[in-house]
Amino acid sequence: MKELKFDAKVEELDAVLAFLDTELESLDCPMKVQTELDLAVEELFVNIANYAYGDKTGYALMKFAELENARGVSITFVDEGMQYNPLERPDPDITLPAEQRPVGGLGIFLVKKIADEVNYNYSDGKNIFNFIKKF
Amino acid sequence: MEIKTSKAGSELVIALEGRLDTITAPQFEAEVNKGFDGITSLIIDMKKLDYISSAGLRVLLKAQKIMAKQGSMTVKNVSQELKDIFEVTGFNDILNIEE
Repeated sequence: MKELKFDAKVEELDAVLAFLDTELESLDCPMKVQTELDLAVEELFVNIANYAYGDKTGYALMKFAELENARGVSITFVDEGMQYNPLERPDPDITLPAEQRPVGGLGIFLVKKIADEVNYNYSDGKNIFNFIKKF
Repeated sequence: MEIKTSKAGSELVIALEGRLDTITAPQFEAEVNKGFDGITSLIIDMKKLDYISSAGLRVLLKAQKIMAKQGSMTVKNVSQELKDIFEVTGFNDILNIEE
């Protein structure tokens, strides 16, 4: 397992994705899956950067592990911002026409669609969000 | 991210190149915020667009809402990866995607 701690700032997104892509390339991850994982990781990291710590700057810890019994990866984000379970957010109604669609709320929905499994825990003052994606 | 625009009469073509993500979407949004005065046909060319995240989708929706009032918006040269994202998010029903 590898992990890297980032400042929870949107400016760090490129560094976060560089870390992810390097790890995925070492696993010969298919390009389509890599794009999906880039997307999921961006949504999760940007959520932490924008909302977790309010006006303060905190950190986002990203953990990356290869699955042991299948081809795929387990990715975890840990932060110590305000308690927030993104899985409790209701899914957006994607059948609404453009005029009625709200402009936000797609991020976590995309993560749920992309991942094979998602888990959230709050423990010891930490938000821990994990997802699994098989190749 | 590079944005190339070309205008001919009331038609505006915006070609997006690279990655439309959280970092780069504000560039595209600045273009959209200009409001498309006098434009009745907006074409978004995605031929060289590799990636789009929800930040980019938000801006596309914003552009679509503006153009719905004054003409039409068409998205063209969409790769399979981007089509998959549009499908998951229901954007394939919102956007007019040219095959």
